[in-house]
Amino acid sequence: MSHPESSTPIVRCEVDFTQRTEYHHGMEAIKAAHKLLAEATFTPTLPDKGYTNRTLYVNVGTREIMEKPVTQQMKDIFLGGRGFGLWHLWNAVTPATRWNDPANEIIISPGPVSGTTQYAGSGKSLVVTLSPQTDIPIDSNVGGYFGPLLKFSGFDALELQGKADQDVILFIDGQKGVIRIEAAPLEPVDSHVLAEVLTRMYAEDDADRVNISVVSTGAGADHSLIGMLNFSWWDHRRGCVRLKQAGRGGIGTVFRDKRIRALVCRGPVVKGGLNNPADPETIARTGIKFHKEMRANDDSQCKMRRNGTAHIVEIMDAYDLLPTHNFQYGSHPDTHRIASPVWQARCTQETVDGCWYGCSMACAKGADGLVLKTGPYKGHTVTVDGPEYENAAGLGSNSGVFDPDDLLELNFYCDTYGICTITWGTLTAFVMECYQRGILNLERTGGLDLTWGNAAADLEMMHQMARGEGFGLIAGQGIHKMKAIFEARGWGDPKLMADIGMECKGLEYSQYMSKESLAQQGGYALTNKGPQHDEAWLIFMDMVNKQLPTFEDKAEALYYFPLFRTWFGLNGFCKLPWNDVVPSDNASTSEPAKVPEHVQNYVDVFSATTGIRIDKDELIHQSAKVYNFQRIFNIRMGKGTRSFDIPPYRSVGPVTREEYESRAERYDKQMMEEIGVDPAGRTTDEKIAITRDHRMKRYNSLVDAVYLRRGWTPDGVPTLARIQELGLDAFPEVVEIVKNHGG
Amino acid sequence: MITVNGDKAAWSPGMSVQDVLRARNFKFPLLVIKVDGALVQPRDYAATPVPDGAVVEVIHLMSGG
Repeated sequence: MSHPESSTPIVRCEVDFTQRTEYHHGMEAIKAAHKLLAEATFTPTLPDKGYTNRTLYVNVGTREIMEKPVTQQMKDIFLGGRGFGLWHLWNAVTPATRWNDPANEIIISPGPVSGTTQYAGSGKSLVVTLSPQTDIPIDSNVGGYFGPLLKFSGFDALELQGKADQDVILFIDGQKGVIRIEAAPLEPVDSHVLAEVLTRMYAEDDADRVNISVVSTGAGADHSLIGMLNFSWWDHRRGCVRLKQAGRGGIGTVFRDKRIRALVCRGPVVKGGLNNPADPETIARTGIKFHKEMRANDDSQCKMRRNGTAHIVEIMDAYDLLPTHNFQYGSHPDTHRIASPVWQARCTQETVDGCWYGCSMACAKGADGLVLKTGPYKGHTVTVDGPEYENAAGLGSNSGVFDPDDLLELNFYCDTYGICTITWGTLTAFVMECYQRGILNLERTGGLDLTWGNAAADLEMMHQMARGEGFGLIAGQGIHKMKAIFEARGWGDPKLMADIGMECKGLEYSQYMSKESLAQQGGYALTNKGPQHDEAWLIFMDMVNKQLPTFEDKAEALYYFPLFRTWFGLNGFCKLPWNDVVPSDNASTSEPAKVPEHVQNYVDVFSATTGIRIDKDELIHQSAKVYNFQRIFNIRMGKGTRSFDIPPYRSVGPVTREEYESRAERYDKQMMEEIGVDPAGRTTDEKIAITRDHRMKRYNSLVDAVYLRRGWTPDGVPTLARIQELGLDAFPEVVEIVKNHGG
Repeated sequence: MITVNGDKAAWSPGMSVQDVLRARNFKFPLLVIKVDGALVQPRDYAATPVPDGAVVEVIHLMSGG
């Protein structure tokens, strides 16, 4: 058993982290084929107190390039990041707009604090678009250098609209003040190749590579609805590009639908203070305090610097929370094969991995020297970014894959093909369970033997999807659409597929078991964008600590935490430094789960950057404006009400006899003590039905309590009083939507 | 008997905080532990006795992606 005081020695990786296959040969021919389609000039400016006060609009269809001012109202209500993204998208689309209409936009905005180099985890960007999976706005928080370099070139956000008639690259040169749309007919497709080629192509010399960031996707995004975007940075120690992902909801699919091959930003040389903060001393002091805490506590706490987020694989298994075989179970005897000691040994420890300058948490681990066994890059030696926890759980245990190299290869191809690892993991788990239950078979999959743990079939399904053929093409539609396809073909029981298909609002679940935490069932299904854990992760508070005994307690947590975590995405912060390390005296504070000292750090860094003095309550109020606006945006798009907040039953309780019987002692005890029914003498099917009835009633009571706490009607619509309190009544269409839906 | 996070649990003579963690398979590193309301520091888990009838709170903080 490992306890905080027992620090363990670092396990060293034997691989030479500078060796890998290179792809820049032939770059001159690729560059020579570029054709200038449009060009504009601008005056590069640095931010003032975190804002440049202008955004960049580019229509890749009409080739219009335009600057727009950032208004005071934008800053007051939407703050930046995800808020700016939602505001631009709101103005770009109508209720009739769908993801593949030219009107749909992709907006990238870093937020006012983003680009800070003194406080850890301050280099994030938020990406917003109408999702091809959910038909409502999706937002994704991503590292890499693009967002900060965009801001330091002179723009608080980039709006991309329209559809090009050929593959294009948008180049923003923040040193020379030039923006170009270039036809790019010969570019490689997949991200690990494309990002390397473009970084070298647009850098003026070797030293300039660190000033380049490329946004790209891959072949998977061309043939699926689950495409994601890779944001690069140049890893000068390894001598290669690294990639961070804006993963959820199919943003990469929209990107390719617009025929954008890549975005390239060349920013100024990064140094401290480029945000021109109001109070640099406070930022420096707060940052140093955190760096010291990180250095003192990380080795005895989460070991983020060694393991990254994968440190929780074995912990989730120990608490029966690691999704296994499509969320049927929460642990597996083979988990030790994909646990953090394996990744610590497999990832290079001799270098520092931060996805933005100055991050002392530096958790963006890299597994070097993987020789690929399959696909178009078979035999190549590559560096794999990750695996993060979600990848290890989704591509690993949830699909029954426990070979580390298989998992790394799945991770690599998800990244370079430009598809979301979380989504791929959950949809693969679904099709494997369909295969287990006879809904799919060899004939229906075109010969793919999708038995649990068959990594070769998993990889071949992914390669098929990237080639746009076979069953992989169906898989790439995501679970929501697969269920309809299977039903239309007469494959399987639709009710069973609805129960075991782990999606809500059209988006696949991320990788935590929520069956034994009612609060987390809400934490997933009551999200704005779909079931991603970045709004609220309440399982320990609820299930283990028993800190949320009443519906009102759970509702309070589902009020506070989603709003607190939304704020990271408004400013360009990473969530991880908030609570993956804590101050030594955190235990003696009044609310240790909130990590009060770190909350105050965020208040201080924001105030010191923008010059706007806030406190921890105002922080929540800032988020509430954007959070409620996004809810109303969902309603505007035809969703966003109570019927869209219903989870698949697999996330609430046991669907099958095997699930119930695997934890029969737990469920029988609950039946006796919580439901007041004696399980003795009852069949498993009867007990499943009794448990289900109880749990769904309980879920609905939770929804009532959460809506009430959030200031929403019983149908989940923000009330007029709530939007007036938040200042959203300044927008007539918001008022109209609320009134029309009973708010 | 003792109470751990609201659940009744077996007690044995000489039981320490570390024994409670082991018995419950509590492996998470970010814990706030109180025995009858008194905070226990991580360095003291092995040496801190848990008396019969004690109320033990093992508060897991949050981490992860």
